[in-house]
Order: sequence, then structure tokens, then C-alpha cells
Amino acid sequence: MTRRTWAAIGLVLAIGLVACGQDPPSMLDSRAPEARSVERVWWLMFALAAAVYVVVAGFIVMAIVRGRRGASRPAREREPKDDTFIWYGGIVAPVVILAVLAVVTIRTTQDLRRAEQGELRIEVTAKRWWWDVRYPDAGVATASEIHIPVGRPVDFVLTSDNVVHSFWVPQLAGKVDTIPGQTNHLRLTATEAGTYRGMCAEYCGIQHAYMSYVVIVEEPVDFERWMARRTAGAGLSPGSEEAARGQVVFNREACAGCHAVKGTPATGTIGPDLSDFGGRQSIGSLAVPNNRANLARWITEPARIKPGNLMPPTALSAEDLAAVIAYLEGLR
Amino acid sequence: MTIAERPPVADPELLELWEDAPGIPGFLSTVDHKRIGLRYIYTCFFFFFAAGLMALVMRAQLATPEAELLGPQTYNEMFTMHGTMMIFLFNTPVLAGFGNYLIPLMLGTRDMAFPRMNAFSYWVFLLGGLLMFSSFFVGTMPDGGWFGSTPLVGKTYSPGLNVDFWGLGIVFTGLSTTVGSINFIVTIFKLRAPGMSLNRMPIFVWSMLVFSFMAILAVPAVTLATGLNELDRLFGTSFFVPALGGSVLLYQHLFWFWGHPEVYILFVPATGMVSQIIPVFSRRPLAGYFWVAGSLVTVGFISFGVWVHHMFATGLPAVAMAFFSGVSLIITLPSGIQFFAWIATMWKGTVRLTTAMLFAIGFLLIFLLGGITGVMVAVLPFDWQVTDSYFIVAHLHYVLNGAVVFPIFGALYYWLPKMTGRMLSEKLGKLSFWVMFVGFNITFFPMHILGFLGMPRRVYTYDNGLGWGGLNAMVSIGSAIFGLGTAITLFNWIRSRRRGDPAGDDPWEADSLEWSTTSPPPDYNFAAIPLVASRHPLWDQRPLPFAESGEEPETRGLGIDGAFERETPVTSGIDTRPEGNLEIPQETYLPFVLALGLTVLFLGLLVHAVVVGVIGVAMAVMAMLWWTWRTEEDLAPPEPDAKPPKNEVAGSREPV
Repeated sequence: MTRRTWAAIGLVLAIGLVACGQDPPSMLDSRAPEARSVERVWWLMFALAAAVYVVVAGFIVMAIVRGRRGASRPAREREPKDDTFIWYGGIVAPVVILAVLAVVTIRTTQDLRRAEQGELRIEVTAKRWWWDVRYPDAGVATASEIHIPVGRPVDFVLTSDNVVHSFWVPQLAGKVDTIPGQTNHLRLTATEAGTYRGMCAEYCGIQHAYMSYVVIVEEPVDFERWMARRTAGAGLSPGSEEAARGQVVFNREACAGCHAVKGTPATGTIGPDLSDFGGRQSIGSLAVPNNRANLARWITEPARIKPGNLMPPTALSAEDLAAVIAYLEGLR
Repeated sequence: MTIAERPPVADPELLELWEDAPGIPGFLSTVDHKRIGLRYIYTCFFFFFAAGLMALVMRAQLATPEAELLGPQTYNEMFTMHGTMMIFLFNTPVLAGFGNYLIPLMLGTRDMAFPRMNAFSYWVFLLGGLLMFSSFFVGTMPDGGWFGSTPLVGKTYSPGLNVDFWGLGIVFTGLSTTVGSINFIVTIFKLRAPGMSLNRMPIFVWSMLVFSFMAILAVPAVTLATGLNELDRLFGTSFFVPALGGSVLLYQHLFWFWGHPEVYILFVPATGMVSQIIPVFSRRPLAGYFWVAGSLVTVGFISFGVWVHHMFATGLPAVAMAFFSGVSLIITLPSGIQFFAWIATMWKGTVRLTTAMLFAIGFLLIFLLGGITGVMVAVLPFDWQVTDSYFIVAHLHYVLNGAVVFPIFGALYYWLPKMTGRMLSEKLGKLSFWVMFVGFNITFFPMHILGFLGMPRRVYTYDNGLGWGGLNAMVSIGSAIFGLGTAITLFNWIRSRRRGDPAGDDPWEADSLEWSTTSPPPDYNFAAIPLVASRHPLWDQRPLPFAESGEEPETRGLGIDGAFERETPVTSGIDTRPEGNLEIPQETYLPFVLALGLTVLFLGLLVHAVVVGVIGVAMAVMAMLWWTWRTEEDLAPPEPDAKPPKNEVAGSREPV
């Protein structure tokens, strides 16, 4: 039976390795100091756990094997006292291991999430079911895509104005809940450029599954460039005539009641800020990739893509729809 | 106390005196702890298989990425009901069911201390459970998760009846658990057979004692949490509404102040079962009895100091969390002690690998891993990563499925022969074990890895290309195998009712008192009460002596005269000196009526109908008043001619 267990574990590991080829947001593929120190803790614990499992399971198997022989065991074989098992196996060994873990816990925890000088403050408010992201110092807003620079400490100021959600980017750091009526902080410094998937980790209602987001870690130059464009506001100058007409439709129809586009009359706050929509990778918090076809479906039948989401369907003529799409995709 | 020469077992006149009325009236009015205990077990297994089927449907949905078998709403209802039913309608009450059936037999007494309260706790559980389950047919299944975090389960975000079914159901099953626990404690302290001092109680009795104290202390917290939330929902208060100054974290504290002890409420009796099974099939007493009993009590205390480890991600101060992290590490120690007590027992014993023993060993191997991952999630920074991910789903199933359900299945194979008088097939049993064990590990082991790969729990689907597909397919296949394994036991169980071999009194050559009576036991359990002089009476006292009625009122109930009076002896709490007799009440509808009244009140709250609520309260109050006033009448000794003159009894005392 142990052989079967090992075979199963081997199989699992093999599948796990194959899965790694697909680039999952794995906490064991850490890209920032907090995730890295937790990963180190994990491998230490894994080593201890594997040793404990093998030794104790070995005792269990040996106990059964000896017990099966029962009365036919050589009578003069010396048997340890019952209390010997309990003292060494049940008390001494666990106390030593737990003491190690207690020290590791406290030392690791002390090093993480410390306030630092020159932090970039980013206010993240969990919505149903997307993320409102604001850079208060620059007056910039976006949604479900968070840009941060490499090397600069970031202070995510986390809250919610509805139910409890949880902010989790496994490759960067552990999770922190966003709780209505309370502000939590997650402090981290990204060290490696890249796009990291984040997810809502706390069950929050019908579309908990599609409340993902990305954290885009950029070199400081790229980040500053992105920030400069956001500060200027893309909405002021639609790139084409169609886009300009789209802006008119957008502000005339229900869109502007919920969505904001920086520098235009659209200042709704119920839905995501769309000021940089054209530059985003996805629609509906990573529900589908951001392209014209998906956007058309999203505007007319949002529930088909993300059932239960709070955006109402909007009926537009084909012409108006195309114009709005041109407008939104041009917001870069 | 004098000693009877032969143990009187089944006496036709006694049977008539103790028997329930036939048919429906007897069914609704019985107060016999064995009928109630079996009912608990049957009802719980109904809910177990229903909740298990839901799990299989969920696994079918998750087997492939972006599947569309279930919509998000249905999936959310399914996982909510799966968890709620497994915790509130299976795990907790099924242990109460085994306790109900076995504890009076293990203690050598004729019923529970409060037989009518016992019937009441079952009816409340059944009706509350059925009402919660009925939401399935009304189409408003609870959808807020089994621990229903506020404000998600508040009126604003869950306006439908879904959450009311859940909240009121929890209040009801909590009531049932509390009533049952009070009954266990009094039974265990006051109804033990003479000679069964505390240090001679079977470990399972110890575990149910700890279960009961923990339940009494913990359940009020969850009742308060869900009750206050229902006040918010039904009557517009704002305990948990942040916009109106309520506190979200208060709910979480209250809920988990019950929630973590609850894990041990489930786990402790399961280990108690293992501590009965392993020694019997190792042919020797349990190693370290004091260590094990002490561990159970210690776990009971410590488990009240770990609840915050469910809230490590809520942004509490690090110093506070470090404390709870430490306590969560320490609570491992009592389990480690038990572990090595079991190992030592087998090491120095003579092991027989029966089905029950296989389930106990399977429990050891599974709980070992569940315990290890439990230590890991106590480590604060690691928990920040894995909490609310599939790692936790894996961990909690290793503990609550592997370390609780496996012992319960072992207990079925071990004790059902006592309950039904029929053996289960060992061949099918072993097959069932192996299928379950393999299926279990294929299902739940890969979930650890899914957690590392970033899969959050409670998602109804996931994108292709995240690399979660292969492991999820494997998990789903495993779950089908596990389900098949449980179905084999169900089949075995049903088959045994007609085709099982007769069990005899003591098929396993076990040590505790339940095996000294017939299988199934007569309605009065013991015509005369056994006299205990050992921790393992059936091994050390051959033949087992039974008491004879003395002349004094304290000792009259010990012998067969007590059985003729529908009495059972009361003994002192520590050293079991006979102190008097407890009247066992006759059958009565009152518990059923009281439970029904509360259920009508529940319905009234659910549909916001004041009239219905008032009718329910009126029924309940009437039943309670009647209950109080009729006590004398119910307890009146039987008509004089019901008890034959003593000299005629002698002949009928022979075992039948």
C-alpha cells in the first residue's frame, strides 16, 4: 500500500510539472521578496513534513507488521515500554519541530510588510466583481490592472465598499482581505518586471470566480511613461472621427452614468474607470481578452460572458456600437 | 450489592414492560436511546450521501476548464449546501447518534439520563435538517458559503430566503447539539455502572464527554453569530452592517470561536472510536490510557484558543496573530501523543486486519498528513499564501473527511453488528475500504498542489491555460472512485439486514460493556446492571458479574427489580457509589410536539408570517407546560399487577 501511495504521489508530481509548462500563478514561482521568503519557509516545512511522514508512517507499518506476527514474535525480544513511544514520538520530537517552526514563523513575519520611506501609495477598493485602483498622489484611476514599478516599495491600501474580498497575487505576496469599514495594508517591493495574475480569494458572491486582475511590474521608465499618459488623460482627444462620435454616444447613453473617462463629462463611479481602457488586456476582470468582438458582446450582453455581473445590457444601433468600441479602444 | 449468579438477559415480561407501542405511535413517541441513536445514524447517512452527490456534481463541473455544466449560482448553492450538510447534518449529529446508542450500553445503564430530551434533540435535528434541505425543492438553496461571512449573508447582498434557510437551520441544529450534550454529560457522570470509576471509562465515553463540554461552550457563539445576522435580516438591526456602524469582523470572531472548537468537536469522538477499535483488534489494552484521556481533555481546552488562525488574512495586529499562531502549533501535541499511543498499542499487540481495523489504519495514514498540513497553516506567513486556496480545501478534507469519516465508517463495521444483530460482509468491507482509501488520496492530495498553483477555493470554473486542468481532472476521477467506495459500504449495509450472518453478543471479543448484552440489545439494555472491576470488564472479569437488587432504596435498582420498575440506578460521579434510582419515562409525544412547534416557528420566521410564528410558539409552550405538569403521571409506577410476585419471576430470569 505504501508503494501505491508513492506511485500516486509520483504521478501527481509528474502532472504538476507538466502543468508548470502552462505558467500558472504559482506561489512556488515567486518573483518578489515576500513570496520568496514564504517559499523558503515552505521548502523547509516540506523537508520536515516529508521526514515526519516517512518516519511516522514507517512506525505505523512496522507496528502493523509486528502486530500481525503477534504471538509468534520471539518472546525474549525486548519491547519498549508504552510510555517510551509516547514520550519520544508524541512529545519530545514534536516539541523540537514545533519550536523550530515557531522561531521561523516569528522571524519571517517580522521581516515582512514593513512600512518604508518613499512608498508608492495605491488605493485598491474591491467591487463586485472587479477592482477599483487609484493612485491618489497622481490623481490617476484604473481598474483590475495595477501598474507598479520595479524596486520601489508599494503600499496597497485595501478596502471594500460591499462584501469581503481578498487581494492575492501568489507570485508577489500572501493575501490580505479587503473588508468594508476597515482599511488593510499590503506592503511589498517588486523586484522583477512581468505580469502577475491576482485573484479574489474570499468567496464574495456569484462571480467570485471571475474577479481576477493583473499586477504589471514595469521598469521605472516604462512605469513613469504609463503614469504620464494617465495623468494627461486620453479621453480629451479621440483619435478618429468615429471615435469622436463614439464619445458622444458614450456620454449620451447610459454608459457615462456608471463609468468615468478622465477629462470628459463621463464621471460615473459605479462601474470601472475606463480612462485607459484601450490599453487593458482584458474585459470584465480577466473574463475575456480585450478585443473588438468581445467588447461588442460585453456591451450588448454582458451576462453572456460573465453571468450575474452587475453591468446592464445596453442596446445600441450597430453604428453606435462600432463608434463606442472605436472610442473605448482608442483610450490608451 | 450482591452478585447474581447468571446474567439475566432477555426476559419476555420485561420486554413487554419496556417495549414501544407498535407502528407509527411508537415511532413518534419512543424515548429509547437505541432507537433514537439508530435514527440519528440513518438520518445522518441520508444527508451524507445527498451532500456527497452534490460534491460529485461539483467535481464534474470542475473536471475541465471553462465547463458549463453548472452556472455560477447553482455551483455556489452546491458548495454551500455540501459544506453545511456535511458539518451540521452529518458529522456532528452522526457522532451524537453513535454516542446515543453506545454510551448507555458502555456505561452499563438502561437509558440516557433524560430520555425525553433525547427524543427532543433528535426531532429538532431532523425537522431543522429537513427544513434546511427543503430549500433544495423550493429553489432557494443557501448560497453564502458554509461559514456565511457577513455582509455577504446580510440582507443587502443576499435578499432572498436562501440565507434564512441556512441561518435558522444552524440555530436549530445548534439547539439539538446543546440539548444532546447536556444529556451526555449527566448520563456519563451519574449513570455509570457500579465500579466504573472515571479511570475505567472507555475512551469513546471520554471523547463524548469532551465533545459535550466543548459543544455546550462553543455552540452559543455560532447561535449568536447566525442569530444576530437573522435579526439584521428579519428585523433590520445592524450588528454586522458596516454602513450602519456594525462590525464585519465581530461576526467572524463569533463564528470561528465556535468554528475551530467544532473541528475538534468532530475530531475528538472520531479518535475516541479509533481508540476503541485499535486495542480490540490488537488484542491488548490501549497503550497510555491516561495519556490519551488527558490528551482529549487538553485538546478540548486548547481548541478554544486557536480560532483566529481562520482570520490571519483579515489584517489583525501581527502580535495578536503570532500568539494564535503559537497556540495553533501547540495543539498538535495532544494529537501526537494519541498517535504514538495507537502505534504502541499495535506494536506490542496482536493485530487482526478486519475492515474496522483497516479504516482505523487508513485514518492514521490520512490524519498524519492532515495533521502535518495543519501545522503548516498555523505558520502565519505560509497561511497568508495558502488560506482560501485549494491547499485549504485539501487540508480540511484530510481532517474532516479522512480523519472523521474514516473512523465513522470503521465504527459502522465495528458496531452495526451490535445494533442490528447482523454482521456486515468483511469481503465487501475491505473492498470498500481500499476503493475509498485510494479514491480519497487521488481526490484530495492533488488539491494541495492546485493551491500552490494559485487556484482559489469556491470558484465555479477556471480559465484554460492556467495549468489547473490536468490536476482537476485527476481530482474529479478520484472523487468518483471515492464515491464508489462509499456506495459499496451502503450496499453492504443494506445487504446485511437480510443476508448478514448473525452477530452473536460479542463478535469481536471486545472489552467494553456493550458487548455483554445481546445484539441487538433488549429494550432495557441490561436486566441487571453489570458490576465493573476493571477498565476492560469483558477481558478481565470472566464471567462478568451482574448485580442483584438489594433491600435499600439505593441498591434496589441495580438488579432485575429495577428493570421491573422501569428504573436505572444513579451512582455518584467519581466513585460510582449507588445513590438512588432514576425513573425512565414512558413513551410520549411531547418531544415531537415541542420540536414541531419550534419548526412551525421557524417556518413563520422564514415566510415572515406572524400568525404561523405565534402558532408555533403556542404549540411549543403548550408542549413544555404539559411536559412539566405530566411528569408525575408519566413516571407513576406501573399498575401493581404489571409486576408479578417475586417468587414467580425467578423462572423467567433465565437468559433467553
